[in-house]
Amino acid sequence: MHEFLVFTISGLTTAGIYAISASGLTLTYVTTGVFNIAHGATGMLAAFTYWQLAVGWGLPAPLALPLCVLVAAPLFGLLLERLVMRRLAGAPESTRLVVTVAVLVVLVSLVQWVWDPSTFRRSQELFAGKGFHLGTISVPYNDVLVLGVAAAVAVLLWLLLHHSRAGIAMRARVDDPSLATLNGARPSTSARLAWMTGTALAALAGILIAPKLTMSAIPLTLLIVNAYAAAVIGRLRSLPMTFAGALVVGLAADYAVGYLPKVHYGQQYLRGALPVVPVLVLLVALLVLRASRLRGRPALAVREITPTPTWGGGLGFCAAVVFGAVIAATTMSKADLFASTSMWGLAIVGVSMVPLVGYAGRISLCQLSFAGIGAAVVAHAGNGGNPAALLLAVVVAAAVGAVVSLPALRLSGIYLALLTGAFAVTLDNWIFQLPSFTVAGHRFDLFQGGTLSADRFRVGGFHTDSAKTFFITGAVLFALAALVVVAVRRSELGQRLIAVKESPAASATLGMNVRLTTLAVFTLSAGLAGLGGGVYASAVRSTTADSFSFFTGLTLLLLVVVAGVSSIGSGLAAGLLLGTAAISSAAGDSAARVTATLAGLAALALAANPNGLIPSVLRPAYEPVRRVPAVLVGSVGVVTGLWVLRLAHVVDGDVLLLGIVAVAVAAPLLARSLFDRAAGTVARAAGTAAVPGDAVASEAASTIATTAATATATATAAAAPTVAATGAGGGTVVSGPDEGLSGPLEWLGFDAPVSQTDLDVLDARLALAGVDESRLGEVRVGAA
Amino acid sequence: MALLEVRDVTVRYGGHVALHSVNLGVEAGRVTGLIGPNGAGKTTLFNVLTGLLPPSSGHVLLDGQEITRLAPYRRARRGLARTFQILELFGQLTVLENVQLAARLRRRSAPGAAADPRALLARVGLTALADRRADTLPTGLGRRLELARALAVRPRVLLLDEPASGQDEEETAAFADLLGELAGEGLAILLVEHDMTLVMGVCAHLYVLDFGTLMAEGDPASVRADPRVREAYLGTVPGPGEAGLAATAATTGSAGEEPR
Repeated sequence: MHEFLVFTISGLTTAGIYAISASGLTLTYVTTGVFNIAHGATGMLAAFTYWQLAVGWGLPAPLALPLCVLVAAPLFGLLLERLVMRRLAGAPESTRLVVTVAVLVVLVSLVQWVWDPSTFRRSQELFAGKGFHLGTISVPYNDVLVLGVAAAVAVLLWLLLHHSRAGIAMRARVDDPSLATLNGARPSTSARLAWMTGTALAALAGILIAPKLTMSAIPLTLLIVNAYAAAVIGRLRSLPMTFAGALVVGLAADYAVGYLPKVHYGQQYLRGALPVVPVLVLLVALLVLRASRLRGRPALAVREITPTPTWGGGLGFCAAVVFGAVIAATTMSKADLFASTSMWGLAIVGVSMVPLVGYAGRISLCQLSFAGIGAAVVAHAGNGGNPAALLLAVVVAAAVGAVVSLPALRLSGIYLALLTGAFAVTLDNWIFQLPSFTVAGHRFDLFQGGTLSADRFRVGGFHTDSAKTFFITGAVLFALAALVVVAVRRSELGQRLIAVKESPAASATLGMNVRLTTLAVFTLSAGLAGLGGGVYASAVRSTTADSFSFFTGLTLLLLVVVAGVSSIGSGLAAGLLLGTAAISSAAGDSAARVTATLAGLAALALAANPNGLIPSVLRPAYEPVRRVPAVLVGSVGVVTGLWVLRLAHVVDGDVLLLGIVAVAVAAPLLARSLFDRAAGTVARAAGTAAVPGDAVASEAASTIATTAATATATATAAAAPTVAATGAGGGTVVSGPDEGLSGPLEWLGFDAPVSQTDLDVLDARLALAGVDESRLGEVRVGAA
Repeated sequence: MALLEVRDVTVRYGGHVALHSVNLGVEAGRVTGLIGPNGAGKTTLFNVLTGLLPPSSGHVLLDGQEITRLAPYRRARRGLARTFQILELFGQLTVLENVQLAARLRRRSAPGAAADPRALLARVGLTALADRRADTLPTGLGRRLELARALAVRPRVLLLDEPASGQDEEETAAFADLLGELAGEGLAILLVEHDMTLVMGVCAHLYVLDFGTLMAEGDPASVRADPRVREAYLGTVPGPGEAGLAATAATTGSAGEEPR
């Protein structure tokens, strides 16, 4: 009984902290529509700041605490709103989530730069752990203070939301886009206030919870993530329910700490379960949550692009990748090759995100965890290099993926992200650390409590033991995975995925089973991620669970999204950046940290343009190359020539590398100028043949030219001949499919949101006004 | 008997009653009109009918069968299709792909029953724009695409939410012809519309909704003559509905028709 009371008191304290954190999270979500995944990281940053002030510099707690919570945190919240969150209005939900993930990654990296993780730090409880006695139980003043603060927060929030003008404005619900529109003006004051309050609450919670464990960035961040369970119980809406939820989570967590070690059976399996108790509560909460309504499409400020790759383009890309891999494999040193060979596994995991995140607009935070499962399968089933193990890895990961996504299918995108995050944390902290266990007579031994070793594949006499062959095999496997994604995009499933992203409501009312479609894509991408994990495991031969950690997974996600998650090339880019960071492994941890920091910073820019680099910069830049065969063939020829010279030891590796870079820079420039010249000829020809009807088109063309001058010159180059072609048509309106139009037109709106003026220009250029009038009869013809 | 039947449907949002015990029937082979000021609950009723919003109480019957608890996609497969007041196009797909996808979804549930996407585009006059991205269409053309997409699932009942807004007079006239033709093919159409010329012209039967309650029903002539309707909605002073329409017309550039 005595023990029970002690755990109850400490559980109530934990609950109070979760309640503070969760109410801040709910407040910002309800007011701004942004679910802040970085909420925990904000608290973690505050905990470190407080540690620096109170422990590092010895400031008294009564000074340091208000300084952190009431001054630094609101300022930080204001900064966050100003620099990042404000720009998320009108961004797709998936972008909002990814950007907050980016904030999390940046904050964690920042803290690791400033406070060296290898130094041991411990934060102190307030009142230095002193307390009073209540009967036989000693109650720390700290706990009393926490409970008092939690109660005060509850009362203050209630007063704010129900009895102040600013608060009532904040309560304007934003999860209903139409209501938000009716609200008219952007409630920027409410948003600012919400971010300041939310950040202050996160900071308070972070500082209060820090003494419960050592100061370490990721565990602290994740500990506060547990508050998400409380917020979900409150349905991200109701503050009283959120406080009730916090009570459940806090008590469950502390009873687990108290009583789990007393369980006599299976202690070695349960030990790791402690940190994941709140995650399990989150799972249960998600299961009992009522299904969200299918909603329509929110009005977006930026037009999203999901290119439809052609088979020719996809095969060309894959051929280029394999060709590049062959060049790399034959010219790089064995050590460099071995260090970077893991990139193919990561690239496959990256490309697995394309259908799910890129096409369907659903965020998964656990793709790397599926990869971990795939790695474990290949390590155990692939003895002697049996390639069937890869297939098994795909099947097992896909099955686990299907099961994981089931509870979230009924719910909106935020919940799927949370669920996958919870799953990743569970795997990361518990399942992957488990010692071997036996289920139904079969012994499972995931990471053998440490390192996992995998053999490289053999098929008959062909084996991939050498760094060279494996590197090329990895490229081929990546190419196959990329082709699967191309096939998906071009299939009915691809159209369904985009339809679900665009409008779940319209999809459902047209007879699509939206849940089944989501399940299908989640399963597919989990399977692909499993393949990636398998390739990774056999690439590096011995791997630990750390390679598949939650945090690394976030970095990978950010890299893919920054590169452009709707393009298959994004997987390759992410693999390259994350996989070859190991080349400079002398730098060790800091190399990974640089990658994470840069990825996070770059991802913050997604708020302005969610499309990523490949569709907005690279594709337009290289589009002319594809259209001018001479340049294409010439580039391949030059690279091949250099490669042959390198193999014959005529030139060294540096010359080859320089040559490739030179070709990569020169080819688009050359192609563009050739294209411009051709376009100029056509335009002049059109000019002489111009009839009055072309006035609109040419005027529009000049407007576009001006617009594009500030954007990419390529767009103009590519667009010009199309306009010219319209002119050459002799005043007839655009009729039927115009292959040239769909491409370049899409690239015009990149640097700025598409405004009404832009749309008018586009309409005019397509001679839509003409179409309108001249096609009117068609309705009547059809009706007659 | 009506093909689509609404019995005592009530929707409450907290304390607010959006629909109060509404009864309504939509018969095959004719256009049924549903009019009322903005906020009367017309779109809410559409959401209840298509399963996007569960009613607090009441029943929806399709062909005599209870569908109140059925998921939206199952209702669609039984022949219920709709368009949206705020466009819900698949913006990243082309105009043709929008219709193709709907036809494919239909083919999945009822092989051989799907319509020809290109023929549908021709019917609504969008053939020339088949390969354009759907989100580049202006509102008026977008509405036609939504109609073509809804028709692609070969519905028995078609719910149209303000299909004529964003269309000019001439387009609306052509649209009225198309509606008549569709009804002639045996389709049951429920039309929500503010354009009174269109409503009075094509509807065989009218329901008037005000503050979530059905205040009148009957043929267009009797509804127009109903003093309560005149006062609440069609009166000489433009009611809230007309004000809303004027605003819509101003933003979309179409000319709204004043009620006669």
